[in-house]
Amino acid sequence: MSLHATTSQTVGPYLHIGLTWLITEKLAPAGVPGQRISIEGRVLDGEGKPVDDALVEIWQADSRGKYGGKRFRGFGRSATDRNGAFRFHTIKPGRVIGPAGKPQAPHIGVQVFMRGQLKQLFSRIYFPGEPSNAQDPVLARVPAARRATLIAQKKRGKAGTLEWNVILQGRNETVFFDL
Amino acid sequence: MRETKQAMPPTTAYRRPAAGTQPDYLFPRYASTVKRAPTQPLVMLPQTETELTGPVFGYGELRRGDNDLTRQHAGDPIGERIIVSGRVLDENGRPMPNTLVEIWQANSAGRYPHRVDQHDAPTDPNFTGCGRALTDKRGHYRFVTIRPGEYPWRNHYNAWRPAHIHFSLFGQAFVQRLVTQMYFPGDPLLDEDPMYNCVPDERARKRLISSLDWETTIPEFALGYRFDIVLRGPEETPMERGVQTE
Repeated sequence: MSLHATTSQTVGPYLHIGLTWLITEKLAPAGVPGQRISIEGRVLDGEGKPVDDALVEIWQADSRGKYGGKRFRGFGRSATDRNGAFRFHTIKPGRVIGPAGKPQAPHIGVQVFMRGQLKQLFSRIYFPGEPSNAQDPVLARVPAARRATLIAQKKRGKAGTLEWNVILQGRNETVFFDL
Repeated sequence: MRETKQAMPPTTAYRRPAAGTQPDYLFPRYASTVKRAPTQPLVMLPQTETELTGPVFGYGELRRGDNDLTRQHAGDPIGERIIVSGRVLDENGRPMPNTLVEIWQANSAGRYPHRVDQHDAPTDPNFTGCGRALTDKRGHYRFVTIRPGEYPWRNHYNAWRPAHIHFSLFGQAFVQRLVTQMYFPGDPLLDEDPMYNCVPDERARKRLISSLDWETTIPEFALGYRFDIVLRGPEETPMERGVQTE
């Protein structure tokens, strides 16, 4: 039997009604091993205006590079506020096997949903100062000039906090993936 | 929170969409896409374990009655009670068990209880319009709700959304995540709706329309509407064929 996937439709402006019950901004309960990090960012539209009705979801491995553990599920969901801001408090993921059995650099999978998008955007968050970024098979596919949009930056004056933004259009447009 | 066993992720990649069945990001008829669609080309990404796995949700997260939107408040909501049910399958026809289905919708007057909704129609203290369910072993889900109303929006002059219910599904893999909308048969507003008309494939559009379902209709209680949902499926290899679960 061969079927076609149902056509995607926008979450629309009222997504909060159905989706905020599962907001998960703190991913790692106490006792989960790993380096604690916070990720903060904003979603900005083609005019640089904050997108206040976006939903950002993340999916990540635990500190050993394993997905779907009992104590650390690895799923996060944050809805943007008036400033277009979202945030996650989690742990830095370990390395996960990639194409041809080669390890990928630590990364977090991202999907973004919003009014004005008929289907979600896929992206990834990578980590600053990570030597394995240079060998990452996914980053290698991204034009060098745009790679920086996938790498979070240390936030000044906030230890353990990284900044990673979703720029929908323009000069620093975030790299989005076709999966 | 009760954890349920994660199905083994397939080792092959999930299929890419058939031409004309999924929307583009930029679709100027839906005006809000213009400032929100990426302008740079997407980067093709090989599907790795990150994309082939996904979160699992357990019954512990759902409360009894989460799938009955007519019984979440003290009184009965105004409107026509309906039953919305169907199956969640992948593109290979395999049922998707234990998949989280989230829905939200307007009330019978076409109004959402949301700060952004300024439409001059009554809110209903007995209807929030939010529900969720997990599919059973055979991929079935079921909601009791009321038929949502049509409502105006500002996309173009005299723009009205056809009656619809928003659906959000996870599947078993990051790449199977789907947000869609279910419509009702015979709705004359569908022809003018940019959302519904966002893909060129007419058959794909029609699959967004539920069908009146006598099997789930309960006499003297509520009409049933059936809406089956298909999530992306793994590319089938010859070895995998023949191990269909049904």
